[in-house]
Amino acid sequence: MTGGLDFNVIRDNLLYFFIGRYPHGPLGGVGLTFYLAVVSLVLSFIGGLILGLLSISHNRVVKWVSLTFINAVRGMPLLMVIFWMYFLWPGLMGRPMPESQTVILALTFFTSAYMSQIVRAGIEGIPKGQTEAAISTGLAPWQAMFYIVLPQGLRNMIPSFVNQFVSMIKDTSLAFIVGVDELTHIATQVNNRTLVFPTEIFLFIAVVYFILCYAFTELSRWMEKRLAWRKAI
Amino acid sequence: MIRFEGVHKWFGKLHVLNNVNLQVKQGEVVVVCGPSGSGKSTLIRTINELEPINEGRLIVDGMDLGGRGTDINKLRAEIGFVFQQFNLYPHLSVLKNITLAPIKIRRLDRKEAAQQAMALLERVGLAEKRDAYPSQLSGGQQQRVAIARALAMKPKIMLFDEPTSALDPEMIGEVLAVMKDLAESGMTMMVVTHEMGFAREVSHRIVFIDHGIILEEANPAEFFRNPKHERAQQFLRQVLSPMH
Repeated sequence: MTGGLDFNVIRDNLLYFFIGRYPHGPLGGVGLTFYLAVVSLVLSFIGGLILGLLSISHNRVVKWVSLTFINAVRGMPLLMVIFWMYFLWPGLMGRPMPESQTVILALTFFTSAYMSQIVRAGIEGIPKGQTEAAISTGLAPWQAMFYIVLPQGLRNMIPSFVNQFVSMIKDTSLAFIVGVDELTHIATQVNNRTLVFPTEIFLFIAVVYFILCYAFTELSRWMEKRLAWRKAI
Repeated sequence: MIRFEGVHKWFGKLHVLNNVNLQVKQGEVVVVCGPSGSGKSTLIRTINELEPINEGRLIVDGMDLGGRGTDINKLRAEIGFVFQQFNLYPHLSVLKNITLAPIKIRRLDRKEAAQQAMALLERVGLAEKRDAYPSQLSGGQQQRVAIARALAMKPKIMLFDEPTSALDPEMIGEVLAVMKDLAESGMTMMVVTHEMGFAREVSHRIVFIDHGIILEEANPAEFFRNPKHERAQQFLRQVLSPMH
C-alpha cells in the first residue's frame, strides 16, 4: 500500500487488541485496560474517601500524616509512583507481585491522593448549619457526617470525580512501561511486529480510549440525574 | 434545668460572654434580647455546646457541661434547637428530616417514628407536606418542620435562636403560634428574639444582654413598663418604634 490507510492490520489483530492472549494466556488488551481501570476506580474511591476524611480530622497527628502522604503523592509524576511500586514494593513486602497489581496499587495511591482533596472540598462546601442541626438532635459527629454531610457533599463531588476517573482510565496506558499487556502495550507489540502501520494502530487505540472515557462520562451523567433531589426553586 | 455560674467566653480577644449568671427553671419560658452582637446567640448556643464555654460552670438537666463524665451527644438529644436559618436537610423529605434522629438515637422502628412524626406535623399544621422536600416549602413552613424535627426527640428543653428573623413578615405569625402553643404545653424554653409581642405575651421572664453582660432580668410587664438600665430603655425604644 502506498498512501491511504490500511486498516486490515486492525481487523487481523482485533481479538488480540481486545483480550490479548486470553484464554490461552492472561487477559490483555482492552479487557485488561478495563479491568485495571475498574478495580483502581473502586479502590481509589474508597481510598479517596478515607484519606479525605482523615485529612480534615480534628486529631492533629492523623491530619498531619494524611496530608503529608497526600502532598507527597501529588508532588510526584504518576510514572514515578509506578516505578516505586514496581521496584520497591516487592523488596518491602519480601515477595514478588504481578505487574498488573503493581499498576493497580500505583493508580490507587495516586488517584486517592487527588480524590481526597475533592472529598475535602466537597465536605467543606456543605454549610456548617447542617452539621449543627444534626448534632443538635443528638447525632454523634460521625453520624452527622455519614447521614447528612456526605450524601449532600458526594453529589456535589460527582463532576470532579468523573474528571479524575477519566484521566485515570487514560493513565492505565502508563502500565505499558512495566510490561503489563494492556491496550497500549498490545498496540506497541503489534506495531513492532508489522512495522508499517503505526498511524492505523494508534488511531485505532485513540478511538478505543475515547469510547471508554465517553461511555464513563455518560454513565456518570445518568447517575448524577438519578441522585438528584429537588433543588432549591 | 439550666444554670449558668460565672460563665465567660471569648472569641479571640472579643469577650462575648462576661460573667453570666442565670437560671432557668423547669417549665419556664425565658426570652433573651439585646442589640445585635450582644452575645445573645452565643449564650443560647453554649447550652448544647455548639459553642463551648471558656470559664465558669454550666449545668444543664443536672449535667455539668465541662464535666468529665458528661456525654454531650446524650445531652443534646434532650435539648431541641431551632436555628434562624432552619437548617433542614435538603436531601431528605420532610418526614425523613423528622424521623432520622428518633430512628438512629431513640432506636424507634420506622413505622413508630413515622407515626410520631405525623402527629407532630399535624400539630404544626403541615401533615400534607410529609413527602415534600425542604426547598418546596416556604420559610415559615420550613421553620415549623424544624420545630417538629426538634420535638421528635421529646426534648426536655427547647432553644430557639432568632427563629423568625429570616422570615418574611407574613410568615412570622404562624411560627410564633406554634411556639406559643408549645410554651402553653409547659415546655421549658429559651428564646432569642426581637419579637417583643411574643416576649410580652408568652414569656415568664426577659433577659436583656449587651456586650456579653446580662444587664437586666425582669418579668415582661416590669421590663416593658419600667426598664431600669439605660441601654435597655434605648433598645426598647428602637425595637418598639423603629422610626424614631
